[in-house]
Amino acid sequence: MAKRIEAHGVTAFYSSFKAIDSINMTIEPKSVTALIGPSGCGKSTFLRSINRMHEVLPGARNEGKLLIDGQNVYDNDVDVTAVRRMIGMVFQRPNPFPTMSIYDNVISGLRLNGVRKKSTLDDAVEKALRGANLWNEVKDRLPRPGAGLSGGQQQRLCIARAIAVEPQVLLMDEPCSALDPISTLKIEDLISELKNRFTIVIVTHNMQQAARVSDRTGFFSIDQTGDPGRLIEYDDTSKIFTNPSEKKTEDYITGRFG
Amino acid sequence: MTAQVDTERPVVIASGDQLKAKRLPTWAPVAVAAAAIVLAAGLVMGTGWGGPVLTGVVAAVLFIVGLGVAGGVVEGRRAGSNRVATTLIYSAFLLALAPLLSVAFVLVTKGFERLDGNFLGTSMKNISAFDANGGAYHAIIGTLEQAGIATLITVPLGIAGAIYIVEYGRGFLANAIRFFVDVMTGIPSIVAGLFILSFWVFVVTPIFNDGRPGYSGFAAALALSVLMLPTVVRSTEEMLRLVPGALREGAYALGIPKWKTIMKIVLPTAGPGIVTGCMLAVARAAGETAPVLLVAGGNPAINFSPFSDNQSSLSLYVFEQAGVASQYAPARAWAAALTLVVIVLTLTVLAKLLARRNKLAR
Amino acid sequence: MATTTGVPSPPAAGPGEGGSLPRKRPLGAEMLFRGTTTAAGTMVLVIIVAIAVFLIWQAVPALTDNDANFLTEENWYANDNPPRFGIAATAFGTVLTAVIALLLAVPVALGIALCLSHYAPKRVATPLGFIIDLLAAVPSVVFGLWGRDYFFEPVQGLSRFLHENLGWLPIFGSEGPYGKSVLLGSIVLAIMILPIVTSLSREVFMQTPAQNEEAALALGATKWEMIRTAVLPFGRPGIIASVMLGLGRALGETIALALTLGGVYKVSFDLIGPGGTSIAANIATRFGEANEVGRSALIASGLVLFAITLVVNMIARAIVYRRREFVGGSA
Repeated sequence: MAKRIEAHGVTAFYSSFKAIDSINMTIEPKSVTALIGPSGCGKSTFLRSINRMHEVLPGARNEGKLLIDGQNVYDNDVDVTAVRRMIGMVFQRPNPFPTMSIYDNVISGLRLNGVRKKSTLDDAVEKALRGANLWNEVKDRLPRPGAGLSGGQQQRLCIARAIAVEPQVLLMDEPCSALDPISTLKIEDLISELKNRFTIVIVTHNMQQAARVSDRTGFFSIDQTGDPGRLIEYDDTSKIFTNPSEKKTEDYITGRFG
Repeated sequence: MTAQVDTERPVVIASGDQLKAKRLPTWAPVAVAAAAIVLAAGLVMGTGWGGPVLTGVVAAVLFIVGLGVAGGVVEGRRAGSNRVATTLIYSAFLLALAPLLSVAFVLVTKGFERLDGNFLGTSMKNISAFDANGGAYHAIIGTLEQAGIATLITVPLGIAGAIYIVEYGRGFLANAIRFFVDVMTGIPSIVAGLFILSFWVFVVTPIFNDGRPGYSGFAAALALSVLMLPTVVRSTEEMLRLVPGALREGAYALGIPKWKTIMKIVLPTAGPGIVTGCMLAVARAAGETAPVLLVAGGNPAINFSPFSDNQSSLSLYVFEQAGVASQYAPARAWAAALTLVVIVLTLTVLAKLLARRNKLAR
Repeated sequence: MATTTGVPSPPAAGPGEGGSLPRKRPLGAEMLFRGTTTAAGTMVLVIIVAIAVFLIWQAVPALTDNDANFLTEENWYANDNPPRFGIAATAFGTVLTAVIALLLAVPVALGIALCLSHYAPKRVATPLGFIIDLLAAVPSVVFGLWGRDYFFEPVQGLSRFLHENLGWLPIFGSEGPYGKSVLLGSIVLAIMILPIVTSLSREVFMQTPAQNEEAALALGATKWEMIRTAVLPFGRPGIIASVMLGLGRALGETIALALTLGGVYKVSFDLIGPGGTSIAANIATRFGEANEVGRSALIASGLVLFAITLVVNMIARAIVYRRREFVGGSA
């Protein structure tokens, strides 16, 4: 089910400001790809360009080609909602729907797709929550508000909500930045399990995290404020962190910059 | 805790591989609209059922249904309902625009028929049903005096009440006050008028007035105060809550007493927001008719004193002229309505502009 | 504590050297300030109680003189001797017009609010939102005058159409003449409360957290599904509050109804025939001609209106407070 993602000259604008310029990269199925780089270098923008969430912001638009198993996501006749159903997303801050219970949060995506059968939904909730390593903690309080959980649990609830619709790619935008170290560890374990089913792209500020969870790493950077972000180097994680080919990458990894 | 995920058994296949959806061509809505109009015209005009208005209504209904069905068949149920919802939301907008624009248009065109120096400078004293002139000077004076006095009463009281709720109030009393401020917001203006009638006019004023009830502009101002108070308390309370706690603590740490901190630091910080709230409250009170009708009684002549004798107001003047059987009355009513709206909207616009400069509000 | 003398004592002479710390003064400026604000806050409770007390006091004479049952009598002959009056027809009319106005206005108002908050481009939505805010401030007497003088004929036509096509429904059964009616009053009322409900619910919709909207979109929701999943549930307490405020305005509206209702004292669901009255409109139109007992009777009807709005508002507040607790945990 997992998909290959190919970016060909993906460029993103906020009105007239160019945020990322001509990103080319190929992301293999069932792998974890980490995007690292200093703040404002466009890694989140690139991530949001993969499932066309970038264009949700007023004035924002994309150029270039982004292929999911050969189909260009930016084509005119592509259904945006189908793209987003195929590519799940987890956000920086846990964002469960505040008015919904844990159960309703998990099935919110399925409900949108018209699944009504109780037994199907029950199965899906258990499977998604088990998949997100949350089942044992919440199985006795599924009807309670999702907002009552701890931050780490909320984030895993959001992961469960994203994987409940069986997407093929999972995008994670700094999923641990609002969490404590123990919750972070749980999410990282979860990522390595989820890798068996999904193509995962994760944006992170934490280089240790990138080194721990990812197979491949892309380093983004900008020359100076106001310039668009570019992909400086993209390689196996082990190579990036031990022997990067670009001077800029090395400076960033070793902490001399950024 | 190991997850027992059965990856081979997909519970639900919610997302297929198909990214490209069949979409209605861009000309489809236009085509549906044209078809709806033709069909509606045939149905309504052809059968002699009704006129152009009904045709428009039927065409709109046919358009919404038609587009929903076409979208549903070609693009799927979800996209179809999205189209119907979008169309409904935009048509709600257009539907409401018509009467509101009509009100604005009539107000301006009819209002300017009589709005001149003579209208603004004369009263209705000795004006009979056969006289074309006569004006609203006395009513303007009444509105300004009554709203002004109501402001003088309500603003200090309301701000002090809000300070209590935010800075001092604890426990049952504070909660009860907060709850009843919200409830008081919903008291109808006529009830406020009746209250001042049965309290001030019938019970208090006879003591100073040889036992006769004292209708006056001041009584109207009291009734308007009852209406303004909850609004002023509520908006002040909200602004006070926006003042960062660190600001208060900074002052306390310097040994400044609490009351001085509130007066010198908290209130000035929240100032612009409080002024906005008060102005909006005045604007609403200035347009009220019922309380003035009940406790100020109306007066065709100029009466500068708010404390003795009947007084009129612009809104009451509009209501009175609306009921006068004279061919000249409607023009006077609309001119007064326009004057009133100008006063009220000036206050509102100023308040909103001030709110925009407010650094505390988001 | 505040120094009262003209020359502030130098810090060196503070605690430590002077021996004991300054004592709290029982009647200082602090106590005075605190007492004043507490009294101001308590005024709200005093006024609410005073409204009830004075209205009851002034209503009693008419209620004891009344020759008819106050609650079931439909007619209003309060100036007669003996007086015969009751609130059955006026209270019924008050609730009927307010409910119809709400049914007409709320869906449209929510549509406009969504249009301004989530559909229309920002360049258009911001000025239009400003205009709606201004319309919410237009005094009701203006809407009443417009309704009577310029909306009369369209509603006449509508009444004729409804009777011709749906005349078998009792509510459209009247044969005319069509003019001032419950329908006219209710529609004018609806147009009047439309900007108020729109303005408040638009503000609520705009406060929906962007992260919840994005979560819904990222699950593949269409725009309408995103609104149903994220925006409407989040805004529900605010919607209830704005609708209740609209209902409060509609129940208490005086002048717009005094100008557009027929003033027929009868409990009837007939919407298009000449008819309709409301407590507030009755007070406004009858006050001028009322004698002493008549005024007392009008105050009695005002007491009923006060009770109705008080109950409606308290229920609304209770709902809003409870919902807020559920949603409040999200922050």
